[in-house]
Amino acid sequence: MNYIDSSLKVVGSRPVRPDGVDKVTGRAVFAADTRTAGMLWGKILRSPHAHARIVSIDTSKAEALKGVFAVVTAADFPDIPSEEAFVGEGPVNFRDLALNVMARQKVLYEGHALAAVAASTQEIADQALALIDVKYEVLPHVIDVEEAMADGAPILHDDMITTGVNPPPTKASNIAKVVTFKKGDAEAAFAEADVIVEGHYTTQPVHQAYIEPHACLATYAPDGQIQIHSSSQGHFMVRAYTAKLLGLNLSDIRVNPAEIGGGFGGKTLVYLEPVAVALSRKSGRTVKMQMTREEVFRGSGPTSGAAMDVKIGAKKDGTIVAAKQVLKYQAGAFAGSPIGPGCMCGFAMYDLPNVDVVGYDVVSNRPKVAAYRAPGAPITSFAVESAMDELALKLGMDPLTLREKNAAKNGTKTHYGPTHQNIGFTAVLDAVRAHPHWKTPLKEGQGRGLAAGFWFNIGGESSAQVHVNEDGSVTAATGSPDIGGSRASIGMMVAEVLGVPADAVRTIVADTASIGFTHLTGGSRVTFATGMAATQAAEKVVEDLKRRAAQTWEIPVDAVEWKDGKAYPAGSNAGAFEPLDLAALALKSPRTGGPIAAEVSVNAQGAGAGFGAHICDVTVDKETGQVTIERYTAIQDVGKAIHPSYVEGQIQGGAAQGIGWALNEEYVYNDRGQMENPGFLDYRVPVASDVPMIEAVLVEVPNPRHPFGARGVGEVPIVPPMAAIANAIRSATGLRMPDLPMSPPKVRAAFDARG
Amino acid sequence: MVKVVLSSGSASQQFTGGETEFEVEATTFRRLVLELEQRYPGLGKQVEESMAIAIDGEIFQDAYAAELQAGSEVVLIPKIGGG
Repeated sequence: MNYIDSSLKVVGSRPVRPDGVDKVTGRAVFAADTRTAGMLWGKILRSPHAHARIVSIDTSKAEALKGVFAVVTAADFPDIPSEEAFVGEGPVNFRDLALNVMARQKVLYEGHALAAVAASTQEIADQALALIDVKYEVLPHVIDVEEAMADGAPILHDDMITTGVNPPPTKASNIAKVVTFKKGDAEAAFAEADVIVEGHYTTQPVHQAYIEPHACLATYAPDGQIQIHSSSQGHFMVRAYTAKLLGLNLSDIRVNPAEIGGGFGGKTLVYLEPVAVALSRKSGRTVKMQMTREEVFRGSGPTSGAAMDVKIGAKKDGTIVAAKQVLKYQAGAFAGSPIGPGCMCGFAMYDLPNVDVVGYDVVSNRPKVAAYRAPGAPITSFAVESAMDELALKLGMDPLTLREKNAAKNGTKTHYGPTHQNIGFTAVLDAVRAHPHWKTPLKEGQGRGLAAGFWFNIGGESSAQVHVNEDGSVTAATGSPDIGGSRASIGMMVAEVLGVPADAVRTIVADTASIGFTHLTGGSRVTFATGMAATQAAEKVVEDLKRRAAQTWEIPVDAVEWKDGKAYPAGSNAGAFEPLDLAALALKSPRTGGPIAAEVSVNAQGAGAGFGAHICDVTVDKETGQVTIERYTAIQDVGKAIHPSYVEGQIQGGAAQGIGWALNEEYVYNDRGQMENPGFLDYRVPVASDVPMIEAVLVEVPNPRHPFGARGVGEVPIVPPMAAIANAIRSATGLRMPDLPMSPPKVRAAFDARG
Repeated sequence: MVKVVLSSGSASQQFTGGETEFEVEATTFRRLVLELEQRYPGLGKQVEESMAIAIDGEIFQDAYAAELQAGSEVVLIPKIGGG
């Protein structure tokens, strides 16, 4: 059923957050809060070298230490073969995943795990790590993406032959893959352009910087049954990866999802869980593991850094005739950067006749990248949207007008193949033009930037249950960890269908043994896909309730209607009966067929693409290079905001993370390839005083493929900020900043270089 | 017949000998995968395991039952995740 044009009572309102009290009172149980009597502490030994061959590992002294119950190395894990799969948030090679969790012959980055211990206290575990004797043959390393591509660069994987090149190369290199997308004939079209802009841009790897470090608690019971409590964006993903890496059956593993303290894509992989299970299997005790912040930085994935070339050609009236990009994305120590989405997203916002994009997936001696909100899109869009600003300047055209003139609309065929349908980009640009921020004159010294952003959004597999309890209250359960308010949105959609208030429905996240498979929380998919499953489950419950009312009244089921949480006779011909509400029907449920419940599993298709545009005003201190965000407005097509406050929060959070990416965040390496700023004092994420009130403007162009019109909202808002800020700095100072972060030293240096 | 377009460049073209557009008789995604595998060994498996398809513009992932109409355009693109 489709409710887009219905009069809605719950969806679109702003009830109190269901997870709010637990979180503000500290009662919420995160993975690090879980513990059992007699548990051990697991800790990981990490490589101090960026690139080295493991000559030997002697664990005998650690094993002999009193209080140590188990030591594991790669020898305790199956040596699994190379196998590509798409289980998490992107293509994964299980061998690479296994080698990232526990190095086997080489360590490929500083922080790479190569052994682990389980001991009765954290202090003993630390002592045991110090007693493990590892002999390394240190190898030359490479950090920078373009240096890793150069001839003569240290090769990370002797068997890495570049794919996507015809004929295939015969020598190993650090380029895992080349991706190309072509539409029309860009080279020929550039000859027709009146104006051409070209630029070289770079971005730095940035960490997802979730507040809660990775943590888990694992028990391997004597009968082979395994319990895991962990913080992740997908407990089914944890189950699948743990089973694969240890050669276990899925049905022997039960993963309980803990409350999650942020993920942003970074918790779509496993780091600790297989190790904790291996330690528990060897020790016979429950094992708890939690990373320190330093380990999070050294051992878990940031998103890619990149080097990019962009070229755009246009007619004098602003019509773009050709566009070209070369993208070099750093993947970390194993192949698998988000180069595919990077190649697809940069120009996806525009109706372009001729496009040529080439992308390179490049390994280097850094932690393997993990997903980060709209993986790949913010990077490519920093380059494209900066170039669009340069093009507007060169044309003498307002940057909004340039985007309006070339904006993708319904029916626009993208350069990567699909045709945009039911999109709201022009509605977003209309909202920019109408917004007071866009019209407000700048104050002395200020500059204003505009940038747009796109993300596909996805659907996928989800399961949801709806139970009417014995007293008529309602429980909804899903398999989707709640990282952005999905318990609220799921509960509200169920309440809307049942015709009850939002607070009549309690929504929980069920463990892997208690609900059908659900793909992880990512791709902005949960309110769309799991919401679709929950809506259908609620509809099945309503049909069941109508059947029970009909049975009670001895009338045909089609003579019963469901309205405002009650069954009514459908008109006077159906008979004169008092309406039956949920409580009344639940009370009689043993007599009308037993418990009232429904479960629906879907593979949701038709996730509507998302578009946004951000306006940013800045001032720049010419003495220090400090950039201050004075005003920030983020406008986005959200389809239908199920709970507008959460949607606004998603948009504000994405913009805030983008501000950090733009202005400060970067990994600082020494000449030995070791990270020198693995903590929040030196790796500077934005704090409250860095960020003004971000105004989120919700544009609602319904997605007809969702019962309430919802689109994913969590990823688009991190796409525009870097270019919006760069364009604002250009407006304020005349300086084009092509390299992130635009930190005070770099801005100061740009002033100095201009003289 | 449906028109199949390889969008994502060389990675898939290795199976087709460089062909980027061709026609296939298929009424569902599942049938399309089987036909592709038969005509270009390896391509069907690649599509099934690591690619999404856009049917007349709309992206589908892992959907055997997705229907193809006569004259539909099917574009093969990399599968899409998220963060």
